[in-house]
Amino acid sequence: MKIKQPVATKVFNIIGYVLITIITIFCLLPFIMVVSGSLTNEEYIIMHGYSLWPKDFSTQAYKTIFTYPKQILTAYGVTIMVTIIGTALGLFLISMGAYVLNRKDFKYRNGMSFYIYFTTLFGGGLIPWYILMTKYLHLKDTYLVLILPLLMTPFLIILMRNFFKSIPDSIVESAKIDGAGDFTIYAKLIMPLSKSALATIGLFLALAYWNDWFISSIYIDTPSKYTLQYLLYKILQDAEFLKSNAASNVTSSIQIPTETLKLATAVVATGPVILFYPFVQKYFVDGLIVGAVKG
Amino acid sequence: MKAKAKKKDGFLHELSKNKTLFLMILPVLVYFFVFSYLPMVGVYYAFTNFNFKDGLFGSPFVGLKNFEFLFRGGKDAIIWSLTKNTVLYNLAFILIGNVLQILVAIILSELTSKIFKKVSQSIMFLPYFISYVIIGVFIYNIFNYEVGLANGMLKSLGKTPVDFYGKPEVWKYIIVSANLWKNLGYGVVIYLAAITSIDKSVYEAADIDGANIWKRIRYITLPLLKPTFVLLLLFSLGGILKGQFDLFYQIVGRNGNLYAATDIIDTYVYRTLTINFDVGLGTAAGLYQSFFGMMIVLTVNFIVKKIDPDYALF
Repeated sequence: MKIKQPVATKVFNIIGYVLITIITIFCLLPFIMVVSGSLTNEEYIIMHGYSLWPKDFSTQAYKTIFTYPKQILTAYGVTIMVTIIGTALGLFLISMGAYVLNRKDFKYRNGMSFYIYFTTLFGGGLIPWYILMTKYLHLKDTYLVLILPLLMTPFLIILMRNFFKSIPDSIVESAKIDGAGDFTIYAKLIMPLSKSALATIGLFLALAYWNDWFISSIYIDTPSKYTLQYLLYKILQDAEFLKSNAASNVTSSIQIPTETLKLATAVVATGPVILFYPFVQKYFVDGLIVGAVKG
Repeated sequence: MKAKAKKKDGFLHELSKNKTLFLMILPVLVYFFVFSYLPMVGVYYAFTNFNFKDGLFGSPFVGLKNFEFLFRGGKDAIIWSLTKNTVLYNLAFILIGNVLQILVAIILSELTSKIFKKVSQSIMFLPYFISYVIIGVFIYNIFNYEVGLANGMLKSLGKTPVDFYGKPEVWKYIIVSANLWKNLGYGVVIYLAAITSIDKSVYEAADIDGANIWKRIRYITLPLLKPTFVLLLLFSLGGILKGQFDLFYQIVGRNGNLYAATDIIDTYVYRTLTINFDVGLGTAAGLYQSFFGMMIVLTVNFIVKKIDPDYALF
């Protein structure tokens, strides 16, 4: 009697599997299009446009990138450096601050939480921020300006504090009785218990650094300081940008593919995110569940 | 002695008692002071004809001239079309986005194949990890006239290709779709978590009472998702005047003929900074956005507090 599925469930399952499959395919299509385009012969694309499968297979675009890799490697270097330093420093400052905000015996924790939260309600806007950074703090065209603006956000601090809420207060209290200092409690007791939280917040930070193009676009003038995404943006706007770089290495007038080169650059710039994605996705999902549902 | 200590329960006492804690949170406090509170002083630019040489207080004061420029022309004023675009796009993102995310989350929670659920959820979450520059690449390569995928398909079907970049009216659909596409997976994760946290015994009881799958969704899942939905909705309503700059700028870029349909406050401010360098005007538009954004949050929160304090943001 129980073995037979009710008709309603059957109908639901059919609709459900079909609908989800279609949505999933839509989510994947643009990626396939770009990878396929980057592996297609330039002339074929100019004649017939993009397709979802490389019909006239060619690795010319990748060869061009890796023949003159200096520009992309420099941008990779800058992005990796900025991502590592920014994520590590941000993680340290956010977790330390959030830990204090979660200490029930800390008198000013509510006032300070509001001080941080208020910045999401009201702000000076882009232009006062820009002038402060350039005219008064003299950060224009420095490596520091690539790191500072993304170091912490109220959202991440509050998310971290919500994680800490799940750690029993008794741990802190008993450590205090044993005479441990506040920083020791944070570093030796709380941090080891918060590995998954740190992973989640760290991933948020790393993703923001890796994907940023905006800061480079308004603050960076020197091409050797461009981050990867901004370099990609520049190349998309003006493939001449990459060509001129290639041409400055070799004076002969070689044929450089334009359209496929843009796509290949996009693949090279996004590669690491896609490669890491299967491994880090879990932390995002777990972290969001804890942070969003409990907070 | 105890009484004395209690009497001195002021800031300095706290400071000496919890020196380490103060030191630990100091970097965060300084950070927001410098990068969030100091720029607030700069809203004064909105009332000046700013020049870089004279700086903050040296530039000539012009009163409300910058605001007059934004509001000039009554119904055709720049600020109204910017506000309208910003708000309507955000409403579309929020409403369509949440409905789609809830729909997908409910379906996924009811399907039984674990591997199917895992794979499809992973793929749907993938766009969230991609930079907006890449979104720009996607859009350009789908919709450009000569080699775009959309026109390629139209041509292979024997239809005439469409010049999408010459048709401002199609871009609202493209932009909304791109936003839905990018944020679907994130919302699904949140709603799936909310569904998973629903007490299983409620479903079992419904099964025994003979409720079928539609009734289960209609009378259990949907009502129990309401708190999550309302909370997310209120959060997003607070940001209704904040445009998604990355999305619009990477998709539209500098295609001036699309501005009427796609220009939002944030892209306008960006152009006043990068193209015209009209600091006063850009700051004025930013101040308008920030001030009314805050007013909306406070109003929404006030109303919500009256109706149901549980949903209040603060």
